[in-house]
Amino acid sequence: MNALTFNRHSVWAIYKFEMARALRTITQSIITPVMTTSLYFVVFGAAIGSRMTQVDGVPYGSFIVPGLIMLSLFTQSIFNGSFGIYFPKFVGTIYELLSAPISYLEIVVAYVGAAATKSIILGLLILTTASLFVPIRILHPEWMIAFLVLTSMTFSLFGFILGIWAQGFEQLQMIPMLIVTPLTFLGGSFYSISMLPPTWRTIALFNPVVYLISGFRWSFYGTSDVGVEISLAATLGFFIVCLLVVGWIFKTGYRLKS
Amino acid sequence: MPPIVSIKNVTKTYASGLQALKPINLDIRKGEIFALLGPNGAGKTTLINIICGIVTPSSGEIFADGHEIQRDYRPARAKIGLVPQELTTDRFETVWATTTFSRGLFGRAPDKAYVERILRDLSLWDRRKDQLQTLSGGMKRRVMIAKALSHEPTILFLDEPTAGVDVELRRDMWALVRRLRDNGVTIILTTHYIDEAEEMADRIGVINKGELILVEDKATLIKKLGKKQLTLVLQEPMTEIPPELGDWHLMLKAGGHELEYTFDANAERTGVPSLLRRITDIGVGFKDLNTTQSSLEDIFVSLVTERTGATA
Repeated sequence: MNALTFNRHSVWAIYKFEMARALRTITQSIITPVMTTSLYFVVFGAAIGSRMTQVDGVPYGSFIVPGLIMLSLFTQSIFNGSFGIYFPKFVGTIYELLSAPISYLEIVVAYVGAAATKSIILGLLILTTASLFVPIRILHPEWMIAFLVLTSMTFSLFGFILGIWAQGFEQLQMIPMLIVTPLTFLGGSFYSISMLPPTWRTIALFNPVVYLISGFRWSFYGTSDVGVEISLAATLGFFIVCLLVVGWIFKTGYRLKS
Repeated sequence: MPPIVSIKNVTKTYASGLQALKPINLDIRKGEIFALLGPNGAGKTTLINIICGIVTPSSGEIFADGHEIQRDYRPARAKIGLVPQELTTDRFETVWATTTFSRGLFGRAPDKAYVERILRDLSLWDRRKDQLQTLSGGMKRRVMIAKALSHEPTILFLDEPTAGVDVELRRDMWALVRRLRDNGVTIILTTHYIDEAEEMADRIGVINKGELILVEDKATLIKKLGKKQLTLVLQEPMTEIPPELGDWHLMLKAGGHELEYTFDANAERTGVPSLLRRITDIGVGFKDLNTTQSSLEDIFVSLVTERTGATA
């Protein structure tokens, strides 16, 4: 085995291990997020939605579906990506990973791949659940899948960086709770930014999450707050930035090696 | 035969400025049990962690079975198994799952029969479905060994393998280490239990304050540095050593009931026959005598103390 070969056994071992952990904690990893999203549908879709007119020609209950899926994708991808690498650091089993004949790229592929897989499954489950509450149509299914996969991978990678950076459970929770969730709520999960006053609309365009939700919603209903090309470029841009940061972490051994 | 591990001018200085290792040069022979002795903080674990890829050296090169551990890390690391000092386990995993995970992580295809053999060898087979959190400290230590052996390494590092384990398990571990060596595995262990090194090692290295101060065959070391003591149990107690016995630098022990003479067992003239003749000549009676040889522990303590004194 030389440096250029792909160590599939190592990657598969980590991937399988992470997926097994998700199955073992199915209540936390799958049931809770699906249930929480269902409650959003009950509150926003049934209770408030029945009093609202359509948004961009789409019934309000259906309009919020892509935003709610994105909300879960962001939070769960970050959680899965960060916990996967933080837990070995916390319990000390990271020594095994650092001493294994596995490249940095393979480590990232394994952990981020597992975290993204869990998020994609969760996103599809939420979509299925939503279809029980409101009518849903997907105009561009291939783009819907592309945004789902790319967003899951990007935020899992972001979570992976957080997991390496964090030195305690508080730090692990801090970024998702204090930054990502507020940006998601303010990024058009429950409304179109065209509904905002002009000043707030301009400010909202500085929120990167707007572009992600807008592109994903476009794949469902063909309407968006910003152009789909810009949405795609923003998602890809964030993904590349995360990749560069991970590359730097492994090159320097930041918070991994002495 | 080329060494299976070759360490060349390896140093480590941490970001804090602490120099953990001064230039270390060491060759480990294939198939031997090498014990690295040293007090706490001497640099034993740092050296092991560097070889295994967990810590980055500040300078120097290390070859494992001919592969440089940084440039050619894949084949180098595939040869190495590590049992760390701390009992670091994922408490929710089962014995079987964690062992098969380690095998896969180190790039080996699944082999249920091999994993079963390891678990049986380590008396873990009956506990294979149990979560690690339900195991005792000793059993967890066995799991750590099973994980380290799961990918069939030819070089095994045991960092303080018997720290905190009971006497029975310690004996079991020693037997296991010997069996591994008999199967062709090279063992490098760190310990501060001198009897462990004395019992098992073929060669011994002593490290102190980041400096490898000695590497020697165990038997040669004991022979070379070993001091012997002759103790004479007197018929009548003495209050002071007679001036006629001044040449032998004797010590009065046991409240004047014993005379102790320390000598170099390897010297051409030990001074024992002349001492016994002299004692008889001056009429000092003794009812018994015995000799004892320095243990490895005495040698180790004297080496470390000497060095500490020299650098103070």
